[in-house]
Amino acid sequence: MPKLKINGISVEVERGTSVLDAARFLGIPIPTLCHDDGLTPYGACRLCVVEVASANGNGRTKMLSACTLPAEDGLIVQTHSAKVEKARRLLLEMYVATCPQSKTIQDLASKYGMRQERLAPKHDNCIQCGLCVRMCEEQMMAGAIGFAGRGAKRHVSRPFDMTSSLCRQCGACMYICPVCELRCHGASAESTLCNGCLNFATVCMQSYDDAMCFLDPCHACEIGGPLRSDVPVKLSAVKSAQQEK
Amino acid sequence: MPKLESIRDLEQFRDVCLEGRDSNKPCLTVCAGSGCTASGAHDVIAGLNKNLEKLGLADKIDVKSTGCHGFCEKGPVMIVWPDGIFYNRVTSRDAAAIVASATNGRKPVEKLLYQDPQTGERVLHENDVPFYARQQRILFGNNGRIDPRQIEDYLRVGGYKAQAKVLGNKTPGEDIVDEIKKSGLRGRGGAGFPTGVKWAALKSNPATPKYIICNADEGDPGAFMDRSLLEGNPHSIIEGMIIGAYALDATTGYVYVRAEYPLAVEHLRVALRQAEEFGLLGQNILGSGFSFRIKVVQGAGAFVCGEETALIASIEGRVGEPTPRPPFPVQRGLWGKPTIINNVKTWASVPQIINRGADWYAAIGTERSKGTMVFSLVGKINNTGLVEVPMGITLREMIYIIGGGIPKGKELKAVQIGGPSGGCIPASLIDLPIDYEELTKAGSMMGSGGMVVMDETTCMVDVARYFMEFLEEESCGKCFPCREGTQRLREILERICAGKGKEEDLEVLTDLAWVMKETSLCGLGQTAANPVLTTLRYFKDEYLAHIREHRCPAKVCKELIVYSIEPTVCDGCHACVAVCATDAILGEKKKSHQIDSGKCIKCGACLEVCQPKAVLVS
Repeated sequence: MPKLKINGISVEVERGTSVLDAARFLGIPIPTLCHDDGLTPYGACRLCVVEVASANGNGRTKMLSACTLPAEDGLIVQTHSAKVEKARRLLLEMYVATCPQSKTIQDLASKYGMRQERLAPKHDNCIQCGLCVRMCEEQMMAGAIGFAGRGAKRHVSRPFDMTSSLCRQCGACMYICPVCELRCHGASAESTLCNGCLNFATVCMQSYDDAMCFLDPCHACEIGGPLRSDVPVKLSAVKSAQQEK
Repeated sequence: MPKLESIRDLEQFRDVCLEGRDSNKPCLTVCAGSGCTASGAHDVIAGLNKNLEKLGLADKIDVKSTGCHGFCEKGPVMIVWPDGIFYNRVTSRDAAAIVASATNGRKPVEKLLYQDPQTGERVLHENDVPFYARQQRILFGNNGRIDPRQIEDYLRVGGYKAQAKVLGNKTPGEDIVDEIKKSGLRGRGGAGFPTGVKWAALKSNPATPKYIICNADEGDPGAFMDRSLLEGNPHSIIEGMIIGAYALDATTGYVYVRAEYPLAVEHLRVALRQAEEFGLLGQNILGSGFSFRIKVVQGAGAFVCGEETALIASIEGRVGEPTPRPPFPVQRGLWGKPTIINNVKTWASVPQIINRGADWYAAIGTERSKGTMVFSLVGKINNTGLVEVPMGITLREMIYIIGGGIPKGKELKAVQIGGPSGGCIPASLIDLPIDYEELTKAGSMMGSGGMVVMDETTCMVDVARYFMEFLEEESCGKCFPCREGTQRLREILERICAGKGKEEDLEVLTDLAWVMKETSLCGLGQTAANPVLTTLRYFKDEYLAHIREHRCPAKVCKELIVYSIEPTVCDGCHACVAVCATDAILGEKKKSHQIDSGKCIKCGACLEVCQPKAVLVS
């Protein structure tokens, strides 16, 4: 059973466990985009990179994706070092610029304190995380979609871009897609960055008396909005506070 | 020809080959590597043969075609034996004179001898030519002596001796691995990982079967060392692989060669067939009980397939996309089994080390970079070609002595080493000794040996943009930072080259480069930002000129330059009008001309033909 150190904490796990799972076992959260517990790890989004020092201790570290990294004896892993945090923020800046309409990505950006908008937005509708491909292949046992092309031209498609008889139209690909879940078009709908963490001004409250949102709560709602768990918020108070702004 | 079934058979056959060739018999060896072939080497060979037929000398004088000699700038090249007279820039019209020189009194053809550009002196022998004098050609030395399609030639120069030695002595695999470790040989594919350490890691893995792979993908633009070695001396690689397989208990080997190298593939297949026919490869090699076979797999046009895990995927028939490491190929490689992947030059070094000893090899080079390195010296340099030098030689020697300096008296600006993954070394570091550590310290990388020389007419921002364009195209697209990062970097660099850059762009470039380097899945993404990072480090002033002044100091970036004609200098000779592809030049003969900048595409054709130098670029 390999024994490794994560953030200074020693943990022994079963052979074959990934560092991502070992960290979760300890309660340490690592962000992911292309990972799902029910699918094989892919290592494409790079958001789960952690800083790993080799056991022989020559001081050099590597940044490796935790989801594909097998836990080995003597591994020394840092999930929240300065380097890792910087990498996550820069990656998220790139992700928001590529897919600003994705709620999942906006929530991650809010959560990890990413506030820069230096890149021109692209509004791609795919980040090529491969979850749909693996879902179709491994869970739905259809294999109707896959990747085609290389580099900038790589995209998810059906064989020869033709209608596939293998596709049962189950919708699992849409269900698992992190971009398909669209952000709410709130107060700052025009801007690339939702910045829910800064707003605390829940969108719905500006137009409605009650929460009119069917989305999973995002950071803003959890911190300052009607779904705050610690303090009961009076709707009228929130509305008048907003009117003062 | 019956199979050689023992070491003794091999040595007896080698003696037969050696005796079968009278070393006093004149032999005209013509370089027929891809470069010289493009310059007309086959016409030369045909011309020589025709001449010999005509004179009835076909059985008195041999004509042999060999692999690349390295001095591609002066091709086609040839050597007349037994005197070893070196001729360059040979054409088929010289055939009669060459044949005559090989017979009557053996007086060399003066005008075909290499002429030193400084002294005007003519040089007789290859090793006296300054291009060759400083080289140490332990891998390429035999290219000029053997016909790659004839195994007998390889045997004549001592081929398969190393293999016979280890098989005959039944040298334990661990001892061979130790010898490679002791030699200090480092992988010549680019990363420079100690080969012996890699081999030892495989040996400690009990899983079977084991595979070895020769990475002959050579994707770096402008690199052709591996190609020339495969074309010119394929047996050296085969022998190296057999020794490696024997040491590592591998049963099957693969040579993954890019499809864009048809001649290399052909010569490799011929060599493999001959080796099998003679019992040097295949079942029960030379009666030793050791069996090993080699298969050839061709690439399909992807630079990323030079990356080892993508290469493995390609051999397996999957899409050539890398997979995260660990696990490394020595743990789980081809078909999930332990696999060693080494570069062409690394495999070719193995027989040399076994024959001449690890100590001999370790005596060449620097403390941590042993042996020789093969560079393709290209770009703004007088002597373009392949160069094999001991590690530790300075850039100054490479460029000014071996390379013969920069053409047209221009100033050296930078040298790009290591292909698109490498970086630019500025002229100020000209005395840098070339080895793995020194290059990494300077921000560059040895890579597989591409060396592109740049002069004052090269725009460093444009260079960064060019490499980014290449890498964007070649990125496999699987991981986000590389796929998006190469696109974004290219977009920003294009804007800067077009004069639309902003000061903030430099910070964005640096940040994007950093995140690509740290988080990309494979080596392509991790090193993709190197051209940008090194040009920013050493040539920031050029970036600032583009951004702040909308000026390209090297006068390359088309949106920032204007071609015009100085009216006082122009003599109306009309030469420029003749070459202008877009009819952008107006003027009557004998009167000064003008360029219509609306039509001008800044191709530079007029600049080249203008005698009075009236064309200005500003």
